[in-house]
Amino acid sequence: MLSFALRRILVALAVAVTVSVASFMLLHLSGDLATAIAGPEATGEQIAAIRVQHGLDQPLLAQFLAWAGKALQLDFGNSFYFRERVSDLILARLPVTLTLGVVALCVALFVAIPLGVLAAVRRDTWIDRLALAVSVLGQAMPSFWFGLTLIMVFAVNLRWLPVSGNATWKHFVLPAVALGYYAMPAVMRLTRNGMLEVLASDYVRTARAKGLPPRKVLIRHALRNAVIPVIALAAVQFGFMLGGSIVIEAVFSLQGLGQLAWESIARNDFPVVQAIVLVLAMIYIALTLAADLLNALLDPRLRS
Amino acid sequence: MSLQPTLPPAAPGLATAPVLAQPVTEASKLAPARSPTMIALRRGLTHGGFLIGASVLGLIVLAALAAPLIAPHDPYAQDVSRRLIPPVWHAKGSWEHVLGTDKLGRDYLSRLIYGSQISLLIGLSAALISGAIGTTLGIVAGYFGGRVDALVSYVVTTRLAMPVVLVALAMASLVGGSLKVVVLVLGLLLWDRFAVVTRAATRQIRGQDFVAAARASGFGTARILFQEILPNILNALIVVATLEMAHAILLEAALSFLGLGVQPPLPSWGLMIAEGKPYMFFQPWVITIPGVALLVLVLAINLLGDGVRDVTAPEGRN
Repeated sequence: MLSFALRRILVALAVAVTVSVASFMLLHLSGDLATAIAGPEATGEQIAAIRVQHGLDQPLLAQFLAWAGKALQLDFGNSFYFRERVSDLILARLPVTLTLGVVALCVALFVAIPLGVLAAVRRDTWIDRLALAVSVLGQAMPSFWFGLTLIMVFAVNLRWLPVSGNATWKHFVLPAVALGYYAMPAVMRLTRNGMLEVLASDYVRTARAKGLPPRKVLIRHALRNAVIPVIALAAVQFGFMLGGSIVIEAVFSLQGLGQLAWESIARNDFPVVQAIVLVLAMIYIALTLAADLLNALLDPRLRS
Repeated sequence: MSLQPTLPPAAPGLATAPVLAQPVTEASKLAPARSPTMIALRRGLTHGGFLIGASVLGLIVLAALAAPLIAPHDPYAQDVSRRLIPPVWHAKGSWEHVLGTDKLGRDYLSRLIYGSQISLLIGLSAALISGAIGTTLGIVAGYFGGRVDALVSYVVTTRLAMPVVLVALAMASLVGGSLKVVVLVLGLLLWDRFAVVTRAATRQIRGQDFVAAARASGFGTARILFQEILPNILNALIVVATLEMAHAILLEAALSFLGLGVQPPLPSWGLMIAEGKPYMFFQPWVITIPGVALLVLVLAINLLGDGVRDVTAPEGRN
């Protein structure tokens, strides 16, 4: 287990380094940052001055090393727009996005796991078809449009919940539903398939033959084992949801990391964009690493 | 390899016969004359999801191709005196503009029809580009294994760690949002699933006799990879291609909605939703109509993909 864990941690570190190089290169090679920062009306001299001021005249490698060296100490430089430290900006916005992600994940799991179990237990009945419909719709629905539709129904017509902002817990309900629906189909399908497999296994048959009550067999014996792969998937989906929250935050005007990223992209505030890409990637890497290790701990067969 | 004499294959059909990749099934035992394609087609005609998906997608493709013929109005013609007319089922609607008009008085139905061209174009081209990248990576990793495989897996892991929406937005913003840029950015980002599936499928068949036969016949590696192995994993690739088409269409809509994708006045459905957003509280249909259009298109593509997976599976539907 220890060597497995060490190997996984090494790979995760290497991926982290590669991602930071890749995101740096993507931003610096996609266009001329100095021209973008200066804006459309800038003169050639102004652009040249900005190039020198932000060190963009240096060779790319030197720029990267300077940036990476500081990033290691969690110093991402200053925002062009806010004249504030990027790390402070991110720390101020991160809790909103994390709250949204956690609530969305809970919504997804609380709907998807029971639905998946029911679909497996009552296979080929109306509830199985309903679960299938829910998952097919979830994969086809544009999340931003789903969010807008939720606003129209629950905030404008029924007036149950606020339209936008992040002042109270009520503000998180609709965005979490919109974001959580996105993760639901995968979790639902995995739970259903896992349950079908486990329900057909010998030890479940034994438990039933012993005369244990059906509910106990279902929860204690079957679900416990079927849910193991769901943990890993949930971690990955959580990472995807943090990355995808940019669209939902824009729809609901939640002042989270996604909104900051979107505004910073529009303002050509690249230190902020770069740092957010890196932070989200690091969270994703840490989550998948944790999920891998947890899975290996629960299922020794995976440690090969 | 270079020391081996390059003999012409004695029986070329033997090395290329795709049927060898298919395990013998009950159906093929009973009806030996029927090809896998015929079996799949016959199954498809009785598969509900496949039929619905194929017909709806077919209709949308037809509408996109025949847009100049069937669109009742010019999708770009503005008429300020006819702003935000509701669709025909509203009390104030009229048959003149069946789905109403937008904030600039442009006919919504015509914009919707022309918008299908954009969604389909982006879905197809992005899936082609990402398919080329991902399939090449996956087939090489699956065939060679070992270090090559480890390297490709590493590249895929790295790509998965990068937040797609954010990176796509940043790249589109730097290069300048346009149809071409969106296609390129999405094509360069969405190849991960292609690579994963191609790798797994290649590993499954690389040890089979027809691959060994091709190698023994002295075929070059490129020929083995793309003429022997690729045709035999095509079914799996078609399923991934539909998934990624759907994914690209949804992402384009999201990018355009955030203002960094396809630019006005092009009638992208995501852009129509963004333009309708300020009016949605009083005229909800301005966002409902393009949203439903997106939902129906992506649903049809997904149903088609699921259907293809079911009808081409050797054991049939499950």
